[in-house]
Amino acid sequence: MTFQDKLIKADINAYLDQHQTKSMLRFITCGSVDDGKSTLIGRLLYDSKMIFEDQLAALEVDSKKLGTQGDDLDFALLVDGLASEREQGITIDVAYRYFATEKRKFIVADTPGHEQYTRNMATGASTAELAIILVDARHGVQTQTRRHSYIASLLGIKKIVLAVNKMDLVDYDQGVFDKIVAEYSEFASGLSEKTGTNQTIEPIPLSALKGDNITENSKAMKWYHGPSLISHLETVEIDDGNSAGEFRLPVQWVNRPNLNFRGFSGLISSGQIRPGDAIKVLPSAKTSTVKSIVTMDGDLPEAIAGQSITLTLENEIDISRGDLICSAHSPAESANQFETTILWMSDEAMLSGRSYILKCGTQTATATMAPPKCRINVNTLEELAARKLELNEIGVCNVALDKQIAFDPYSQNRDTGGFVLIDRYTNATVGVGMIHFALRRASNIHWQAVDTDKNSRAAQKGQKPAILWFTGLSGSGKSTIANHVEKKLTAFGRHTYLLDGDNVRHGLNKDLGFTDVDRVENIRRIAEVSKLMVDAGLITLVSFISPFRSERRLARELVEEGEFFEIHVDTPLEVAEARDVKGLYKKAREGKLKNFTGIDSPYEEPENPEMRVSTTSMSAEEAADFIIQQLNNQGVIDIG
Amino acid sequence: MKSLTLLHLTHLERLEAESIHIMREVAAEAENPVMLYSVGKDSAVMLQLAMKAFYPSKPPFPLLHVDTGWKFKEMISFRDAHVKKLGLELIVHTNQEGVDMGVSPFKHGSSMHTDIMKTQGLKQALNKYKFDVAFGGARRDEEKSRAKERIFSFRTADHRWDPKNQRPELWNIYNTRKSEGESIRVFPLSNWTELDIWQYIYRENIPIVPLYFAAPRPVVNRDGTLIMVDDDRMPMEKNEQPIMQSVRFRTLGCYPLTGAVPSKATTLPEIIQEMLLTKTSERAGRTIDHDQSASMEKKKQEGYF
Repeated sequence: MTFQDKLIKADINAYLDQHQTKSMLRFITCGSVDDGKSTLIGRLLYDSKMIFEDQLAALEVDSKKLGTQGDDLDFALLVDGLASEREQGITIDVAYRYFATEKRKFIVADTPGHEQYTRNMATGASTAELAIILVDARHGVQTQTRRHSYIASLLGIKKIVLAVNKMDLVDYDQGVFDKIVAEYSEFASGLSEKTGTNQTIEPIPLSALKGDNITENSKAMKWYHGPSLISHLETVEIDDGNSAGEFRLPVQWVNRPNLNFRGFSGLISSGQIRPGDAIKVLPSAKTSTVKSIVTMDGDLPEAIAGQSITLTLENEIDISRGDLICSAHSPAESANQFETTILWMSDEAMLSGRSYILKCGTQTATATMAPPKCRINVNTLEELAARKLELNEIGVCNVALDKQIAFDPYSQNRDTGGFVLIDRYTNATVGVGMIHFALRRASNIHWQAVDTDKNSRAAQKGQKPAILWFTGLSGSGKSTIANHVEKKLTAFGRHTYLLDGDNVRHGLNKDLGFTDVDRVENIRRIAEVSKLMVDAGLITLVSFISPFRSERRLARELVEEGEFFEIHVDTPLEVAEARDVKGLYKKAREGKLKNFTGIDSPYEEPENPEMRVSTTSMSAEEAADFIIQQLNNQGVIDIG
Repeated sequence: MKSLTLLHLTHLERLEAESIHIMREVAAEAENPVMLYSVGKDSAVMLQLAMKAFYPSKPPFPLLHVDTGWKFKEMISFRDAHVKKLGLELIVHTNQEGVDMGVSPFKHGSSMHTDIMKTQGLKQALNKYKFDVAFGGARRDEEKSRAKERIFSFRTADHRWDPKNQRPELWNIYNTRKSEGESIRVFPLSNWTELDIWQYIYRENIPIVPLYFAAPRPVVNRDGTLIMVDDDRMPMEKNEQPIMQSVRFRTLGCYPLTGAVPSKATTLPEIIQEMLLTKTSERAGRTIDHDQSASMEKKKQEGYF
């Protein structure tokens, strides 16, 4: 029976008092099945008595059936959760494990080690304060060791345990251990330069399977004088939530139970606050003084990073969700363009020019990605050229937002410097990023104010400007119909301009090809040009395949509501291919033309177009009449 | 001047702050959230956290109890008194089709009863009131497949969970955007363990159903499980007589499906003492997990909370 068990039996109240003051450490284990990662976690749970008898009985049964350790317990089976993973014998997601000692509660993020699971490891690392990097003593520092260390460092983990495991298989040889430690230290010293994270490294020789240096110092390794793994985890200094940093409170929710109370609720991401402290709210830059720190347990004299609180202020200033309350003497920065490191997490690649929803703390904005400056090879840390980022790829990339957000560099504050990117159609989290610094470009290019505006230009022409955006497969009849519509509009005395895909590709966009990245850029430029045309007061007809919903939406959002008309020229692929006016489908089918929409590149049909014309049931002339009629009905033109 | 005295939070303070943060995110971003309230100890903690998260306002969402009709009587009386005292809105939903069919754990077995009265009942209620986000009190330490579930866990229009297609959750940023028909289950207690729950109840002095404390209660022994005879719907076998025994419950659910443990623990410290010295895990008292080792994962894919 341990000391703790005795205390529980003898004096439960004393035990409870002792445990009220436990601290908490979140860490991540990095390594693969081969390094004995699951075995190590299973061992930690087992040795800290977090396994009950019924679980142990299930483990014994499972060990015999599925285990890889003969008649011994296979600790790995304790932690491999999902049924499919247990069958495959690999861990494919992030799993969280819990155990506690008398000094600390631990939350372990257990993540897989292979390169295709980089995103899972980054997820686990994002909330961890310490990383255990597992190395198999027989194999030493491997490619994946470097990858794991890089990701841990990139996500800002400052404390590393280099766990040299399977020492039992190298006869507990100190020479083997020392060599690995030397090799690792040399590699790790170059990391902080790349990621801005200063790390401390604690090397520990282990055998997770046999239990050496897990809770107690190993008798087989008398040459080792450092702490056991548990003892290190129990005593390593915790930097929970950065309480020494500058005060930052991202506002989650405005608390207004009645007219007399107006509080701002959030989790303090760094620093400390007291009543009387001067604060500044970003991005509005308004200032005030803290009146009280309100909680259900009474007002607090002081609050620190990691606490969820509600602040009231001395004077009424306008604050809403997404604002960042900062200390007045050292506020965060505000900007709308950044250099960032992006880790891509989606099967569909990150395309420059495409816009995504960006969420940073409680702030939400629309982000447009610039082409990556480079892609990082996660195994060698080499910087490679890249035009897009694929799943699990990491790159440095500028990001432009539709509005200012408040931020700190990620190296100073993970909560105010980290963000996620969300796909606007699937709503999936497709990427994450870490802010390096703001780009000052945007603030130096001011909008040139002009006296003659869109309305006056349009009024002069006696018309409402609009974009008629024709989308559809190649050969669907877009250009033919658009041409008819323009002729008719001109006949009615309207001022128009037709932007045609093929024509524009001869000039403005002649540098672009047909890859997904280039298609996005192609449409982005056309969208911007059409916006200028609308500003000039013109009815602008755009005839482009424009296969992706995201870019059509981008174009739509550039102009005012009611100015954008998406017209789906709906021709089935078989029909368009049978027509094959330009002979392109034939070439594509023969493989002579790559990335052809409908053949080997997708076409995403409009979900709610303003108009849909079917070229199988009406002629181009009839379709044009239909469109004119619709424009008349919707008040864009008035022809009676 | 900066204080140097208060630099560390305890594990309970950090867990509390995280849960409150999660609840506020839901309140700020959901259209029509609801808190599932099962009357058990985890629900008691969740309710306390909700009261704290929005203080001095009341939580901006109602509570929903899916009543199978077979809960302990004491749970129902505790529920009504407690919710009234806090001044909150409570919605109670029972699967009327199940009641009309006469579904009973004694006649139809535990898995069919649970499916119809609990899983289907929950889906009915969520559909009926069009709740887009529902808080649940599940913890990741309860069961292996829970360990990989996100804090914000998405369900398809027919309430299914797809473990292979979960959104990454980094830092404390939660992507709450959902597509048409999707709903979200949110688990603010994800990172709590059973011991944390008890310690917090102790620290905060949170009221819980008296069934958690030992008292003489009428029980019968069925295949090694002590079942409390809570009403006369319980069919007695030949020569079977309930005996009065000092017992308590580690987990609460439908009385015919919840095993009691012999105990003399009548105070919170004694309960915690017993829990720490006991050698079986909490869910062992529930009948639905035993069937096959991946049974919880399967249940959840089908829409069990």
